Amino acid sequence: MELSGADIFVHCLQDEGVEMVFGYPGGAVLPIYDALYQQDKVQHILVRHEQAATHAADGYARSTGKPGVVLVTSGPGATNAVTGIATAYMDSIPLVVFTGQVPTALIGNDAFQEVDSVGITRPCVKHNFLVKRVEDLAETIKKAFYVATTGRPGPVVVDIPKDVSTQVTEYRYPKRISMRSYNPTVKGHPRQIRKAVELMLEARRPVLYTGGGVVLDKASRALVEFTRLLGFPITNTLMGLGSYPATDRQFLGMLGMHGTYEANMAMHNCDVLVAIGARFDDRVTGNVEKFCPTARIVHVDIDPASISKNVKVDVPIVGAVGQVLREMIKQLKATGRRPDEAALAEWWKQIEEWRAMDCLKYDRDSDQIKPQQVLETLYKVTRGKAYVTSDVGQHQMWAAQFYKFDKPNRWINSGGLGTMGFGFPAAMGVQLAHPDETVVCVTGEGSIQMCIQELSTCLQYGLPVKIVNLNNRYLGMVRQWQEFFYQGRYAMSYMESLPDFVRLAESYGHVGMQITDPADVEPAMKEAMKMKDRLVFMNFLTDPAENVYPMVPAGAGQNEMILV
Amino acid sequence: MENEAGALSRVAGLFSARGYNIESLTVAPTEDPSLSRMTLVTRGTDEVIEQITKQLNKLIDVVKLMDMYEGPHIERELMLIKVRAANGGREEVKRLADIFRGRIVDVTDTLYTVELTGDGEKLDAFIAALPQADIIEVVRSGVTGIARGERALRV
Repeated sequence: MELSGADIFVHCLQDEGVEMVFGYPGGAVLPIYDALYQQDKVQHILVRHEQAATHAADGYARSTGKPGVVLVTSGPGATNAVTGIATAYMDSIPLVVFTGQVPTALIGNDAFQEVDSVGITRPCVKHNFLVKRVEDLAETIKKAFYVATTGRPGPVVVDIPKDVSTQVTEYRYPKRISMRSYNPTVKGHPRQIRKAVELMLEARRPVLYTGGGVVLDKASRALVEFTRLLGFPITNTLMGLGSYPATDRQFLGMLGMHGTYEANMAMHNCDVLVAIGARFDDRVTGNVEKFCPTARIVHVDIDPASISKNVKVDVPIVGAVGQVLREMIKQLKATGRRPDEAALAEWWKQIEEWRAMDCLKYDRDSDQIKPQQVLETLYKVTRGKAYVTSDVGQHQMWAAQFYKFDKPNRWINSGGLGTMGFGFPAAMGVQLAHPDETVVCVTGEGSIQMCIQELSTCLQYGLPVKIVNLNNRYLGMVRQWQEFFYQGRYAMSYMESLPDFVRLAESYGHVGMQITDPADVEPAMKEAMKMKDRLVFMNFLTDPAENVYPMVPAGAGQNEMILV
Repeated sequence: MENEAGALSRVAGLFSARGYNIESLTVAPTEDPSLSRMTLVTRGTDEVIEQITKQLNKLIDVVKLMDMYEGPHIERELMLIKVRAANGGREEVKRLADIFRGRIVDVTDTLYTVELTGDGEKLDAFIAALPQADIIEVVRSGVTGIARGERALRV
């Protein structure tokens, strides 16, 4: 039977098993919306701004491991989506973003709501397509999902001109697809793996440094087995949190600019560094000249371009981290050998000394609410089981430091691009994917205002997201840098004319709470969490002068931290 | 690479986004019309070239990539150069073209257009040998190349 492009689009999503599309209608996608309207398998979530559609789909993807799907119109619909696409790109999140386009005959004509979506998104997608013929639509959609979800995942944009949606053709969704120019390596080279295992068995001061790749490859279980088998200390990047249980003794906390003292010192002093699904980001390495000066480095990554990009490594292994970890476990067991126990005991003794520094300590007797207290309480009240999304800035770092994630896919934040406005719409996507779970958005009064309009979406779909707003009346991270590096000239970092967040939440039909006294933090949070079916906006007025410690200043080595 | 709209801009965009330099670039469809062959000349340390290679391989439109400099190869570039050739200068231009094994492909009373093929250095040398004031226009195709012997870039 012949179907229109719009119907083919809907059939493709159904056949791909897509449950949910985040989007916003407009002229160029009207035929597609009409087709969506006439079915009920794929649910469409209407956001209030296209940026939020991409972040929500992103939150959905990060919390489920499935691709997030977005549908927006041409021109401004597409440009508004770009921030979310770039966010997903930097963190390797599988998204398929469909943008409407003006009819093919008008492309290049400066038509109403025309923009070169493929051109604009090219540098921030894994791949993108312009569908010029309806005959190509189904195969292109299949390719888009295939490319987005395999290898190193990432966002894929499919631009669909309006006339392609209305033309008709025979529908056939390919079951499998192969592309001659795209064959990601999955299996690590056995000889390289053997070399790595040998290096680990010889190590005297080893560290495992693991990142978002472990979460993306659903390799958490293998990582835990591998780490326990070796008895090595392990640190996670911001993106890797939860892939190794944070409450485990072998876990040193997060590393990097705001990482723990013990994690950064262990990195700096290690003799063998095993990097797994992490990419040596500048926020992790600090000054690369001073990075891990005594270490031989193993690097496991699915993307060959990530290997030896920033830091030259000794044993590169290109492969899916799960497969490589399982192979390493197998080989380790087969050797029957153990790492040098005495050396390892000595190394752990040193690490415990660093850990005893208690680098995350803060003033618990302050008469102002300390942001750290709020996060610790959140962890306690939710018993560490919540899905936590965050925006970007100080609150993000405190959340990463103080909420101990024991499971992957629970910590959802924009690590690479650092997108303010990400957290709240992402929380919507998480909540929609996990309707019965507690979903908390940790944010600040700066970030939350970048996508605050989504309070309306939450009302429409009854999303009981819990917003923890650490309101210090400052763009806190900017203020902190200005205090440290710009002699306290607080240029534009004070947020004047803030709204009354409680009444704002109420005006959208939600519950608002204002918390000003440290003694009220826990009771208020407990009360909020009891409201299972309501969105609660908790506005914590926190100490405006609080800083995130430790801190590795830009250009410094990992061992050169500013401590409290 | 795939002979598709946008493939070229993906390559060009990659170079500008990551701060690599394109010295020259030639591209044309191959005997298989679904494929184009691109020859791109760039410069950098071994590390930079390695990174460029990996990044190019990551592009979905890039089917296969070969670093010509990893083995013996032949480089060629085509140049068309329009030179003022009047009176006494006329013989001189002709003689120089012969020395460089160029061919005169267009003639007027006052001009010669010379076609010359070779590696970049040879073309530079020819330009340098001509009286600079007499050069009206130069067009160069950019370098293209092929490996010597058995080594080949095939899909």
